[in-house]
Amino acid sequence: MAKQFKEVHFNLNGRDVTTVVDVRASLTDMLRGDFRMTSVKKGCEVGECGACTVLIDGEAFNSCIYLAVWAEGKQILTLEGLMGPNGELSDIQKAFIDETAVQCGFCTPGFILTATEILNAGVEYTDDELRKLLSGHLCRCTGYENIFRAVKKTMYQRLGKPWPEG
Amino acid sequence: MSRNIGKSVARVDAFDKVTGRAKYTDDRCDRGALVARVVRSTIAHGYVKSVDVSQAEKIPGVVKIVTCFDVPDIKFPTAGHPWSVEEAHQDVADRRLLNRHVRYWGDDVAAVVAEDEVAAAQAARAIKVEYETLPFVLDPIEAMQPGAPVLHKEYPDNVLKHTSSRSGDYAAAIQEPGLICVDKWYEVPTVQHCHIENHICFAYGENGRIVVVTSTQIPHIVRRTVGQALGIPWGNVQIIKPYIGGGFGNKQDTLYEPLCAWLSLQVGGRTVKLDIPREDTFVSNRVRHAQKIHIISWVRPDGTYAARKLELYSNQGAYASHGHSIAAKGMGAFPQMYPCPNVECDSYTVYTNRSTAGAMRGYGIPQVMFAFESHTEDVCRRLGMDSLAFRRKNLMPVGYVDSFSKNENYFDTFNQCFDKAIAYMDYERKHREYENQTGPVRKGIGIAPFWYNTAVWPISLEHSSCRMVLNQDGSIQLQVGETEIGQGADTAYAQMAADVIGLKDYTDVHVQSCQDTDVTPFGLGAYASRQTYTAGFSIRQTGLILKDKILEYANEMTRVAKYDLDIVDSQIVRVTDGRVLMPLSQLATEAFYSLTHSVHITAESTYQIKNNAYSFGCCCAEVEVDIPLCKVKVTKIINVHDCGRLINPALAAAQVHGGMSMGIGYALSEQLLFDPKTGRPLNNNLLDYKLSTVMDHPHLEAQFVENYEPTSAFGTKALGEPPACPVAPAIRNAILNATGVEVDQAPMTPHVLYRRFCEEGLIHDSWREEEQ
Amino acid sequence: MYDIKALYEADSVQDAVRLRLEHPEAQIIAGGSDVLVQMREGKRAGKELISIYMIDALRGVTIDGEENIRIGSLTSFSHITKDPIIRKYINVLGEAVDMVGGPQIRNIGTIGGNTCNGVTSADSASTLHAWEAIVELTGQSGTRRVPIKDFYLSAGKVDIRPDEIQTAILIPKESYENTYGYYFKYAMRNAMDIATTGCSVNCRLSPDKGTFERVRIAYGVAGPVPMRAPRAETAATGQPVSRATVERFALTVLEDIHPRDSWRASKALRQHIAVELADRCLTEAVKRCGGEIDG
Repeated sequence: MAKQFKEVHFNLNGRDVTTVVDVRASLTDMLRGDFRMTSVKKGCEVGECGACTVLIDGEAFNSCIYLAVWAEGKQILTLEGLMGPNGELSDIQKAFIDETAVQCGFCTPGFILTATEILNAGVEYTDDELRKLLSGHLCRCTGYENIFRAVKKTMYQRLGKPWPEG
Repeated sequence: MSRNIGKSVARVDAFDKVTGRAKYTDDRCDRGALVARVVRSTIAHGYVKSVDVSQAEKIPGVVKIVTCFDVPDIKFPTAGHPWSVEEAHQDVADRRLLNRHVRYWGDDVAAVVAEDEVAAAQAARAIKVEYETLPFVLDPIEAMQPGAPVLHKEYPDNVLKHTSSRSGDYAAAIQEPGLICVDKWYEVPTVQHCHIENHICFAYGENGRIVVVTSTQIPHIVRRTVGQALGIPWGNVQIIKPYIGGGFGNKQDTLYEPLCAWLSLQVGGRTVKLDIPREDTFVSNRVRHAQKIHIISWVRPDGTYAARKLELYSNQGAYASHGHSIAAKGMGAFPQMYPCPNVECDSYTVYTNRSTAGAMRGYGIPQVMFAFESHTEDVCRRLGMDSLAFRRKNLMPVGYVDSFSKNENYFDTFNQCFDKAIAYMDYERKHREYENQTGPVRKGIGIAPFWYNTAVWPISLEHSSCRMVLNQDGSIQLQVGETEIGQGADTAYAQMAADVIGLKDYTDVHVQSCQDTDVTPFGLGAYASRQTYTAGFSIRQTGLILKDKILEYANEMTRVAKYDLDIVDSQIVRVTDGRVLMPLSQLATEAFYSLTHSVHITAESTYQIKNNAYSFGCCCAEVEVDIPLCKVKVTKIINVHDCGRLINPALAAAQVHGGMSMGIGYALSEQLLFDPKTGRPLNNNLLDYKLSTVMDHPHLEAQFVENYEPTSAFGTKALGEPPACPVAPAIRNAILNATGVEVDQAPMTPHVLYRRFCEEGLIHDSWREEEQ
Repeated sequence: MYDIKALYEADSVQDAVRLRLEHPEAQIIAGGSDVLVQMREGKRAGKELISIYMIDALRGVTIDGEENIRIGSLTSFSHITKDPIIRKYINVLGEAVDMVGGPQIRNIGTIGGNTCNGVTSADSASTLHAWEAIVELTGQSGTRRVPIKDFYLSAGKVDIRPDEIQTAILIPKESYENTYGYYFKYAMRNAMDIATTGCSVNCRLSPDKGTFERVRIAYGVAGPVPMRAPRAETAATGQPVSRATVERFALTVLEDIHPRDSWRASKALRQHIAVELADRCLTEAVKRCGGEIDG
């Protein structure tokens, strides 16, 4: 059977894009292959590790188990799209550096994107709620300790409240 | 002078990693690469009789199929050890690129090279392998019995190696009247490293040589093993190591680099990528050795040991990998940790038809610490003695020197670490309060120290090579063979180098993180928690050489005697009066472009290390045990480490967090299971293999005792692996404190706790007795 | 890249029904968190897929003309949890699906997919059984409704005809009125896990909170499909709200359930946990009804 392709239109990191994609492709495949968004990492390809997480219309998805053709009409954010126009880091990226939340760095892009969704909610979460919201990512280096701190610190910053541990 | 050392500066690679631009292996691979896939055995033991590739070859997109009948007849070793020029000390060579004699479920039988991953997967499924099935064995003690299936004919009893140590006279010592004997078995499981980036590599031909870009901890060692496996000159192999998504010891082994290189050569040197799926990473990379550990202690009522005996059975799985080194390291800790005049130790590393065991964070020490420190607690219960007091009395004393390694215990580290942990946890009060609880939910607190030693001298070679290059602006390039694998080594190196040379800021040191065996000085890679210790020597030595050359040039420029010159804050200073003569950048530019004396100032040196350093500490954990649910929740936990002087306290704490997390998983949830009926792995995916999520941890507290290590170039010693070592026994002892139940196997899952709580009468399911 | 033979995308329910008839061998894919994973494993490799994911009409929670709570089959778990109707009338369902996997899985996973795959461990399934949900299926001749217990035929097999797709899950008013429940997911870790045993209990108390008017309990992983425990329900219904009733109720579940030994858990542990969960869930459900259990 001949390979099946489809034209897909979506917004990637603020830019409207069109590409013709093999319908068998996952969103991970399309973002890494067609757009060279190499921050989208492959760790398990079955939605268990969270390394491939991207935001679709503001919500976090594992792009490995999301068909590329479903991107049609969506707003997709990868880590490449988080940096400001003049190269400035977002607050959460900066917090990951300042709180030593990065080690091997392979889970980092996904974590930062999920954190972006969490922080965009503008809600003051309890520790337990925050842990639950971050629980779709596996990390083997950090014990999650400093990642959790980075997200919590940024949450307080955005809410304009003092960080209890700060 | 320590402007940079001791400060929690940001990682040198942090910006690239939080922006997603740090390039890992797959990010560097050409999109047009061919894709390879390994066909794996679906039996645990047997011979491949035939491989039918006729259907697979017809699949569109398939480029090449090779089988175990096609590979060169060369056996090669895989361990990430320094090579030995003495044949007797060389690693066991027991693998081929693909195997006719398959020895575990998942062994490499054939490989497909295709234009895309779908064609490769389809072809791999379409290949029909016919086997002659042999009996298999999964347990090391069973594998040692007469008549057990033999995995490698060179080892007819399946014992890869047996070593023993003896001191005093055990048999005579146990005759002493009044001794209490505590004789117990402990068991620890097979677990896997679960770095989030799977092992991946790609290979291509260039200038008549083969290049392999790979996610490895040990590029220079992989260069040698690829050469060995393919039977080609080692210089014809170039290994490139970009950023890697974690290793934890799995990538301290040659994994699929030789096969990938060979596949590329089979298709004329076209780029071939071998991206190992997660399921195969669990089964066909490396795992931590499962062990069964038997300890007999003869102890006097006053709480002193009269005699002790250890028998350790280490499950090697199908291939030798690191061989007996791991069991040997664990055994070595036994007489050292609690010195006793009469000790007998035996350890056996035994082939079985399971996934191959190799290096994993701790290198045998997490296994034995579970046994040793559970046993210490059990001994104290028999004696009716406080286990903390017992440990303070019996642990390795200050001034102890190990006769083999010449390691010396310079400081009262164990007690210092205990004191910090106890203060943070309020251990002593809680430990008393939690005894004799009733009710369904009970609290407990436990403590465990650990023994560890840095690097591998004198068992193997230890050395480090460093190259420094002065740039026009006064910054330097730094290269060492000890690799960044996520732990933060590059940042520590930059901090060290900046201080040795006298640079203002560690950001003036540009560490070349991506290693290339054609360019990077020879080094052995990341293992044995040796990075800062080992690289420290060559960084300091090379930094001093570079500094001397700079000052020599400064002498030419200023006519001030070299001994009256120094580099402070990246400036050339006359020490006699402290006058700043010029910025280092001015000197550097002059040296590059001078019309009278132009010189490229560089330095390179190798330092061979003939020292080793103890690195001790402890974990203290508090738990809540829901007895009816058979569940344990860790509610509070601390690790305290003495890893000498801290180069970067924040990075050090981060290392400890990661090790604690791994330790919590080892204690409570992680275990790779094999079907006893078939040998098939049962849970080789991240859903069924339960490594901790962020919801499975409390806050992880990391604290330090900083005793400057006297043998070390910068006062530092092992930290990478130690944090994983004491956690499981601390949690186990906390469960004991809560429930009074000795649980002698890890992980302490609900399955295990249900059985133990039933046995001890904490759970009484009346209907079960009616059934029986 | 998935080994998909062909992909057919439906943009409406009618379109999906047409595609079902045109491609009888094709597998329906909703969010894909099960189908794509199985495809990668090789189980469904090389199959044709009918994607219904883009049919937005199948998303959302409403109260229909018969006062049923109507959950569109493609509503994601996270949207169910956040939905005000769910929170008001059947919060336990929102809590149950909030225990599926992790946040990303809850954003892609749909209640329709979770029930159509016929898996006993699905976190939504025991609660839907315990609340006697009705499954709405749409085919070429219109819709039909099937009680959820009849929808599950056997492990991995559900009652969907060759021309049908599942379009909604309904919770009748009689089922949710004055009723409160509790779901306990017993798993080996606190996130990213499937249930070793899932237990969902709900009850309605008499106005004086002294008597159980109705008690319903359902389990996941107590048998090949999610199941109720009718003898246990009978043992509690009409009985006083007391510790003795709760304990009798919990022990009686053993007469109804059939867990088995597997590498994931022994039968004995599953039985033990089933009893313990029945007790804890009913105790919590009573509290949520405003009642009290002595002792």
